[in-house]
Amino acid sequence: MLDLYGSQIASRLLLGTARYPSPAILTEAITRSKTEIVTVSLRREMAGGRNGGAFFDMIRALGVHVLPNTAGCHGVSEAVLTAKMAREVFRTDWIKLEVIGNHDTLQPDVFALVEAARILTGEGFQVFPYTTDDLVVAERLIDAGCRVLMPWCAPIGSAAGPQNLSALRSMRAHFPDVPLIVDAGIGRPSHAMIVMELGFDAVLLNTAVAGAGDPVAMAEAFAGAIDAGRQAFGAGMLEPRDMAVPSTPVIGKAVFA
Amino acid sequence: MQLIINGEAQTIAATTLSQLLAALDYEGDWLATAVNGELVHREDRNEHMLSDNDRIEILTPMQGG
Repeated sequence: MLDLYGSQIASRLLLGTARYPSPAILTEAITRSKTEIVTVSLRREMAGGRNGGAFFDMIRALGVHVLPNTAGCHGVSEAVLTAKMAREVFRTDWIKLEVIGNHDTLQPDVFALVEAARILTGEGFQVFPYTTDDLVVAERLIDAGCRVLMPWCAPIGSAAGPQNLSALRSMRAHFPDVPLIVDAGIGRPSHAMIVMELGFDAVLLNTAVAGAGDPVAMAEAFAGAIDAGRQAFGAGMLEPRDMAVPSTPVIGKAVFA
Repeated sequence: MQLIINGEAQTIAATTLSQLLAALDYEGDWLATAVNGELVHREDRNEHMLSDNDRIEILTPMQGG
């Protein structure tokens, strides 16, 4: 089981709720993926809050953990206020903390991220920081009170897959006891399997599923890949080598000449 | 009173945040409100007096990644 701030989670797939073709497909993708954590957001809405209420009722009916985000925030005060408003709405101390620093890459502003994380943990939030794969930033986030780290593996929505395997490997080695969730940049199930084989604890997906031709089938495909990658990590994999090693024993081989 | 509500200037007669939500036809317990960059908890909305040119944010749950 995955322990996230004291909650025991069986599924290692976290699913975003944005950009699905319909609410019915979103619901089916959540159900069939067996995810236990979905990410949600907060936005202005002029329809008296009724659209937001209908969406929230739908998510609540699924009985999953809700992880609100601060998507689109570009500064400390904006992210902190959004987190507080999210706690007011969703009644959870969990917050996926995003503080964006670059418009083109949606790369986190890691300096503001650490500062916002420190403020929020001080106010009782359980922070899931969306960060880069930088080890020093990760240490600062731990110092700031984060007990989970969510490094990107490529820019949000890019579907580019893991761009820096050695950085992810280093992060796993340096933080053996911290739950590490790859957030952002996964495009296909094989990408998710690769990071799970590295020993990451979970994968957070949205666009790769929501934007697929059949989001429900893709959600299931990701769930299978994540399970397989996790099982392979636990089973211990061979290291690659340059020369061949015969898999069939040579001893006892018949001699015909 | 002139207020900036979710980025739009509006003239509203309400004097408290609760009255404002009622006047705008907002309903439900899933709303979050902030005035001038500070969260106003739902239990404080009845007492929260509004002032001219206050900037008010009213947010609701939405799909997110």
